[in-house]
Amino acid sequence: MEGLVLPQLFNGLSVASLYLLAALGLALSFGLMRVINMAHGEMLMLGGYLAFLTLSLVPGTGGILLAVPVAFVGAALMGALIQLTLVRRLLARPLDTLIATWGVSLILQQAARDLFGAVGVEVRAPDWLAGSVQLGSMAFPTARLFILLATLLVLGALALLFRTTRAGLHIRAVNQDRAMAAMLGINVGRVELMMFALGTGIAGLAGVMLALLGPVTPTVGQSYIVPAFLVVVLGGVGSIQGTTIAALMLGLVSAVAQIFVDVSVAQLLLLLFVILFLQVRPQGVITTSSRALDG
Amino acid sequence: MVELMRRRGLPWLLLLAALAAPFLMSGYDLNLLARFMAMAILSLGLVLLWGHGGILSLGQGLFFGLGGYAIAMHMKLADLPGGSLPDFMVWTGRTALPGWWAPFASPAFALLAVLLLPALAGALFAWSMVRRRIGGTYFAIITQALALAFATFLISRQEVTGGFNGLTGFQSLFGWQLADQKVGRGLYWLTLALLCLGFIGIRALLASRFGTLLGAMRDGENRMRFLGYDPAPYRMVAFGIAAFLAGLSGALFTLHAGVISPAMVGVVPSIEMVILVAVGGRMSPAGAIFGTIAVCYARDFISSSFPDLWLYLLGALFIAVVTLLPGGLAGLVRQRRA
Repeated sequence: MEGLVLPQLFNGLSVASLYLLAALGLALSFGLMRVINMAHGEMLMLGGYLAFLTLSLVPGTGGILLAVPVAFVGAALMGALIQLTLVRRLLARPLDTLIATWGVSLILQQAARDLFGAVGVEVRAPDWLAGSVQLGSMAFPTARLFILLATLLVLGALALLFRTTRAGLHIRAVNQDRAMAAMLGINVGRVELMMFALGTGIAGLAGVMLALLGPVTPTVGQSYIVPAFLVVVLGGVGSIQGTTIAALMLGLVSAVAQIFVDVSVAQLLLLLFVILFLQVRPQGVITTSSRALDG
Repeated sequence: MVELMRRRGLPWLLLLAALAAPFLMSGYDLNLLARFMAMAILSLGLVLLWGHGGILSLGQGLFFGLGGYAIAMHMKLADLPGGSLPDFMVWTGRTALPGWWAPFASPAFALLAVLLLPALAGALFAWSMVRRRIGGTYFAIITQALALAFATFLISRQEVTGGFNGLTGFQSLFGWQLADQKVGRGLYWLTLALLCLGFIGIRALLASRFGTLLGAMRDGENRMRFLGYDPAPYRMVAFGIAAFLAGLSGALFTLHAGVISPAMVGVVPSIEMVILVAVGGRMSPAGAIFGTIAVCYARDFISSSFPDLWLYLLGALFIAVVTLLPGGLAGLVRQRRA
């Protein structure tokens, strides 16, 4: 049993880091704008294809290091476009935003199908990423360790951004009280645009990580997006800590469940876990207390 | 006079045309129309739940599927000579019928399951959400996860659910041969009758105190709480009714299409059910019926002749309806009249 539990725990951690990368951007924009971008999964897909293109031009280690900024910027630009043309216009109607961004997701998927074909493309990762690190009796795949490291770096960078920079201060201010922040002269529209682009950019990064694990297909984002949505729901509004804890919980629950049952039942159990958890804490792991009646 | 015709005459004219359709159309076209009418029954539920209740469900496919699979399981068993197994179970090497399949051999049980199972499952799920005041985006996302989990489960349990291919190859329902043209027509009229009943029922519900309160809770939840109303039971009932209609719709659709499969109940079909309603008008039962049938026809026509184009168009439709036409076609008609 022990020989099974430890690798599954590492697996859970690795799945959790992917969920977290996919969910961070969603959670950040949800905290600020109370909207969920249903095309977020396609930002992962976009990041994956950008990684594929970069690595086919520049193979090897340099390619993977170049793919990270390329995917980030590409997905962030796409996100900015979506925010400016759709999300901004639908801010007062969050449910309609779900529907409209789903339309974007359909169009992007079909575009990917037309450009790259319905069958996935394989990213040629450098050799050092394909091996594994031996620790005692266990082997840790290097690609998964790389993803864990990247997730930690992203979390660290976000913490720095929020705690130490002026832009971060503005973001926190809008997060706490939008109207008051606007009155104090913060350009709320710009902050929201920045945040949305940042969120989709992180999803683009997540796409590069996905490309290291398997083929990039037009629907690659779809398989991660529903768990990512659940992470956002479980994490509570607008808190990175909450999102991180929620991603860890879901990653571990699904990994541990997979010791006993198969993937599809594990997915059911995951959903059941979220529903039960919300019975106890309907506002998620971390709740920000507020006197506002309509938060 | 023309105005009177348009307001009073048109619905009756349409009903008359719908009643006469079996004599005017080919069997194939009639079958298509019947499927789309079955879908429209589901749309009526979304008008109540989403349009007037303000609760968006992206998981109606689950309830559609519960109804569809319930009747499909019955037909699979009814067609069999006693004691043998449905074809797909034989192919996957099962030797005995699972216990939870057995009661579906009874027509009464299957009918009850169609009518009760989706409604009860929906009400139970909704209660667990609304009693903790989970609504809006959170609610929508959780219903989507529900549809995903259901479809994945169906696919993975091939030996008892038929897997990816679903259940198909039905011959008879309650002793009537489905291939018989008369049975096809009868089922069409049954669908039409249930659609009309659903339409009248939803209109009555919306005009009642229940409908008014549901709408008020959508617009001013806290005010209603201060006035002493708890929204939870109202929302649970609205969700239960929508789930009931979805189940009924799924059962009828399965009869007309001759198949029910995970591809009709998962995330993608579930959100398409929402767009069917959005196009016609989320607030208007008549608009939702019209929109559903129109979009279904468009999909049938375009996706068979230009399959690649269809997804672009559908995506554009999702975007255009909510940005340009939030009231749907019905909203447009209302504006013209005002």
